[in-house]
Amino acid sequence: MEVFIQTFVSGILIGGIYALVGLGMTLIMGVMKIINLAHGQLMMIAMYITFVLFEFLHLDPYFSLLVAMPALFLIGVLIQKYLLNPLLNVDSILPENQVLMTVGIGMVLTEIIRFLFQSDYKSVKTSYSSSAVYLGGISFNIPMIVAFLIALAITAMLFFFLLKTDMGKSVRATAQNRDAALLMGINAEWITVLTYGLGSAFAAAAGSLLLPIYYLFPDIGGPFTLKAFVITILGGLGSTVGAIVGGVVLGVAESLGATYLSMALKDAVGMVIFLLVLIFLPGGLKALTKV
Amino acid sequence: MKSKNWPAIIVLAVLILFPIAVRSDYYTHVFIIALMWVIIGSAWNLLAGYTGQVSFGHAIFFGTGAYTAGLCVTKLQISAWWGMLLGGPVALLVGLLIGWICFRLRGPYFALATIAVGEIFRLVATVWRNFTEGMQGILIIQTFRSKLPYYYLVLGLAAVCVYVTYRVVRSKWGFYFVAIREDQDAAESMGISAFRYKSLSLMISSFFTGIAGAFYMNYMAFIDPHVVFSLHYISIMAILVAIIGGVGTIWGPAVGAFIMVLLQETFRSSFFGLFPKWVSEAHILVFGLLVIFVIRYMANGIIGDWSKVQRLWSKDKELLTTSGGN
Repeated sequence: MEVFIQTFVSGILIGGIYALVGLGMTLIMGVMKIINLAHGQLMMIAMYITFVLFEFLHLDPYFSLLVAMPALFLIGVLIQKYLLNPLLNVDSILPENQVLMTVGIGMVLTEIIRFLFQSDYKSVKTSYSSSAVYLGGISFNIPMIVAFLIALAITAMLFFFLLKTDMGKSVRATAQNRDAALLMGINAEWITVLTYGLGSAFAAAAGSLLLPIYYLFPDIGGPFTLKAFVITILGGLGSTVGAIVGGVVLGVAESLGATYLSMALKDAVGMVIFLLVLIFLPGGLKALTKV
Repeated sequence: MKSKNWPAIIVLAVLILFPIAVRSDYYTHVFIIALMWVIIGSAWNLLAGYTGQVSFGHAIFFGTGAYTAGLCVTKLQISAWWGMLLGGPVALLVGLLIGWICFRLRGPYFALATIAVGEIFRLVATVWRNFTEGMQGILIIQTFRSKLPYYYLVLGLAAVCVYVTYRVVRSKWGFYFVAIREDQDAAESMGISAFRYKSLSLMISSFFTGIAGAFYMNYMAFIDPHVVFSLHYISIMAILVAIIGGVGTIWGPAVGAFIMVLLQETFRSSFFGLFPKWVSEAHILVFGLLVIFVIRYMANGIIGDWSKVQRLWSKDKELLTTSGGN
């Protein structure tokens, strides 16, 4: 039983970070109706920024959130403005052109990092990396708790932005109906640029938070892109609450899979859940609540 | 009709004479790999370019073919060449099963589902050690020392694959495929069973990809799950090869395959030793940049947007205005 609770707890904690990855993805998917297959790679870039700041300036990974998030926001804005938006006006055989573009972008980002840093595994060892508190035999890893709390705070800020500010309302309006939003005087093109920037910044936050408890190499982006879309589909397309629930569910499922099946099949658990959801519950968890 | 076929005949003749004229194992190897990608790219193109089902999971069929050949050796103690016969049909059966699961989804959802299935295959092949040898991989002994038998075999397969695509696309099936790509609902209302024809397209596609996988096993003599079931180096490369050349064209994937392999090889060898060594580390980066460039400026690929490529060369302003309205 203790093992089960321990597994469950660490699943929820890692789920908080997954939720951040998923939130960025779901924002982009909601507004632009495309799957961003460069999402994990953007997160990987943020991790390298954090890593470089730690290595050369000895900046704490949590503090470098303040650098990584704006930097990735900027990268996201540039990608959307100069690479993805122009494709909207191009006639092509496959409608998935933007998705394929994100594949190319992800590949280039990975290769740039590999070019600069080689394929070696890197990690950030802070004084608190392996410290933990115990609560009735269950251990709580400190960096994971910190990451979870920061993730919660960032999520709360996103909700404030989406629900209370004009700009946030424009984002939601564009997600609901792009044409209607245009008619209401919303600059939909600018909103897509903003959204991609925000989505990238969220991926950046997840990357910086993950770094103290994880390791780093150029190909780390791919698996996280997969996780991001598993979360998004699980939660329901474009649903922010769904992304949070989806992130936590995936975290717990992977954690249980690693304990009770095998470490190697951990990722397969996520994929199987994903397939089942796609086939039997195409609307995701959102469809169950009718919100 | 005959006069229209001469470019294909010339290309085939050049490719047949190439290894005899060049007599270099290195260049023959490069061309063998390029021809293998012609098969994979063309197979992907039939499913995605003509039928509109963008698959991110062709590594499933490639890996299945490769493992069929490999398992012939490790489990049945017969030659891996039997895999060339069995690889295609086994991959086809796997394709049928995957189609049965994934074809209930459309567009981007289908793409995502194929990624998921591909990853499951890779993980299972990694974990199921008793059956697949896991990460240890399967090592066999190459039958031929010379590269020539492999070269002519893969050239033949690539020619058959391109020819079959050509015939299928011009048959009734081909028109059904394109109808489904353009508008599935309209196609169904015309009495075309979308599920049946998507499955047919997937069957042909997975069959050829499986054969390419079996060939890879025979030629490279070593496979492991992370190579043959790789999302990035097989599934996505198959897509990019077709995109660069042009989806929905007969010759697009073939051209794309040669561009991909030759470009990467040029950079991997640092322009054949002319440039400093660090250039070699950028070989995938350069290809990625080319992909972004092609999608951004030539959405239908080099063959599909050939008129645009021609315009780059000709300074004729008239051409710009007449064929500009795309």
